[in-house]
Amino acid sequence: MEKFTVHTGTAVPLRRSNVDTDQIIPAVYLKRVTRSGFEDGLFRSWRDADPGFVLNDARYSGASILVAGPEFGTGSSREHAVWALRDWGFAAVLAPRFGDIFRGNALKEGLLPVELELTAIEQLWAAVEADPATAITVDLTSREVRAAGLTWTFPIDDFSRWRLLEGLDDIGLTLRHDVAIGEFEATRPAFTPVVR
Amino acid sequence: MVGVPAKGPQTLAEKVWDAHVVRSAEGEPDLLYIDLHLVHEVTSPQAFDGLRLAGRSVRRPDLTIATEDHNTPTDNLLTIADPVSRTQIETLRKNCADFGIRLHSLGDAQQGVVHVLGPQVGLTQPGMTIVCGDSHTSTHGAFGAIAFGIGTSEVEHVLATQTLPQSRPKTMAVNVVGELGPGVTAKDLILALITQVGTGAGRGHIVEYRGEAIRKLSMEGRMTVSNMSIEWGARAGMVAPDETTFAYLAGRDYAPKGEAWDEAVAYWRTLATDEGATFDTEVTLDASAVTPFVTWGTNPGQGAPLSAVVPDPQSFGSEAERNAAERALEYMALTPGTPLREVPIDVVFVGSCTNGRLEDLRAAASVLQGRKVAEGVRMMVVPGSAAVRAAAEAEGLHEVFNAAGAEWRFAGCSMCLGMNPDTLKPGQRSASTSNRNFEGRQGKGGRTHLVSPPVAAATAVMGRLAAPADLS
Repeated sequence: MEKFTVHTGTAVPLRRSNVDTDQIIPAVYLKRVTRSGFEDGLFRSWRDADPGFVLNDARYSGASILVAGPEFGTGSSREHAVWALRDWGFAAVLAPRFGDIFRGNALKEGLLPVELELTAIEQLWAAVEADPATAITVDLTSREVRAAGLTWTFPIDDFSRWRLLEGLDDIGLTLRHDVAIGEFEATRPAFTPVVR
Repeated sequence: MVGVPAKGPQTLAEKVWDAHVVRSAEGEPDLLYIDLHLVHEVTSPQAFDGLRLAGRSVRRPDLTIATEDHNTPTDNLLTIADPVSRTQIETLRKNCADFGIRLHSLGDAQQGVVHVLGPQVGLTQPGMTIVCGDSHTSTHGAFGAIAFGIGTSEVEHVLATQTLPQSRPKTMAVNVVGELGPGVTAKDLILALITQVGTGAGRGHIVEYRGEAIRKLSMEGRMTVSNMSIEWGARAGMVAPDETTFAYLAGRDYAPKGEAWDEAVAYWRTLATDEGATFDTEVTLDASAVTPFVTWGTNPGQGAPLSAVVPDPQSFGSEAERNAAERALEYMALTPGTPLREVPIDVVFVGSCTNGRLEDLRAAASVLQGRKVAEGVRMMVVPGSAAVRAAAEAEGLHEVFNAAGAEWRFAGCSMCLGMNPDTLKPGQRSASTSNRNFEGRQGKGGRTHLVSPPVAAATAVMGRLAAPADLS
């Protein structure tokens, strides 16, 4: 995983709540067996159906931060949603609340899910809509978002923050505890099923 | 559940969690042992590739089981017409062969929706930790297991280590008071709950469904409730194991036998939440007030009793809800004030990990017995697994469906999601026993109303949203 420390970029204002992962990437794009190149599926139905959809708006091209409404990334566990956002060029998603599985997947892939109060999100929407060139800085080292002369702090647990700052691979971290896993396995009840 | 484990009375979730902590350290997530890893073709190929790239093996192939479900056709068992779907299935077959994982392929007697497979073979048992690269893994919580959906990176992590780093979730009790009325199902109960609490209410929690109405549900009904935990944001849903659970499990392929059974049951009996244990959050639902329930919008929290009308977006409290309702009604092509019973339906789908088990098919068949699917309506009945299909045929249910003019199909995820040939056409409207009414979920431009199996069957007969009580 790539390190995430400080990122500055322009943003796309997505004024919608309950953006489920079926909208982020429809199921037909999940048939692939590869792990990259999912940008073509990102918000595909909305991009096709509505010429005015924000991702079709040239003023926001090149943006690397998505600013969305509450309950972003609910529904299906598809990590493809994170891959599609990343492949499109997003480095961070800012929203008041995320679906748990989406948030976990994003942290694994180094796409930073940033939780901000709805009032902060509304200020960011207004700033970006007034001037699409508005630069937003997402600073994981200080747990801050800075834009338009304003600063907001966001919560993230120490462990996730450390992994992202260092760009660490979870499996490698867990395998340091291989002995403990083996010891635990030896204590599992004999009636626990094994697949034949 | 945050912080140091309680020494006093504990909840079901805390007991199961604590029994699986391999390692716990201040400021880090717990390292949780995983008893069972369910695998399917969609969310696993990149995980197996990751193992290959790192030169890693599967730590416990004997705690891993795979099936084919999302991409499989339900009109035959031989031909996967879409080459991209076929490649994904073939990739799973190769990965399972290479890494030594048991696979129930298309045509196998146990093949079917991954969340129907685990319980039917008895692999899903109380007190276990169960994961799968699929959000409806919460289904297995009906047995008193901690079961939750994970992403592909986590699938790879479990394959490699049989563990997952997980922060301790908070605990929540859903106290279902009163009893469900006649003709009201587990599906109506969970749909009513989600509308009451909202799609984000369960976030960060393991939920325990409690109370007399839950105790009276069959295992199938409990699975329907647990299955939809994710639809209101919960990390997992659970029901304490009891005699209903043990009776369901006894004699199944992977259930313990002889002395091991007695030992297991004695342990399972200790799992129920202790008297005096506290939950971080509590919610109450009055089961006696629940009536047949349907969704009108594009998330599972946008629902109403079948007896109600399409709501006016202006009736919602917050701007976000009003905007969401307006968008939803536009997508669904519904007008506020229209009685839900007057909404015409093109396609009826009975199936999925929510309502594709034998009891669900019986419920639909009992409504269809001696009746016909309305002209112009297509009704698909898709058993959750090949075993469910065989059991239904042994009872003659397929004859009821065929006589009514419904399609009796092979097992799979089918029309629950648009990954296989079973999809809605743009503009078509369905009454579906599945779990998600998201835009385009059942096919681009399709409009979904979530319903119970009896409502699905009555709707098929009437050609518009209806309950069995509406049939003459």
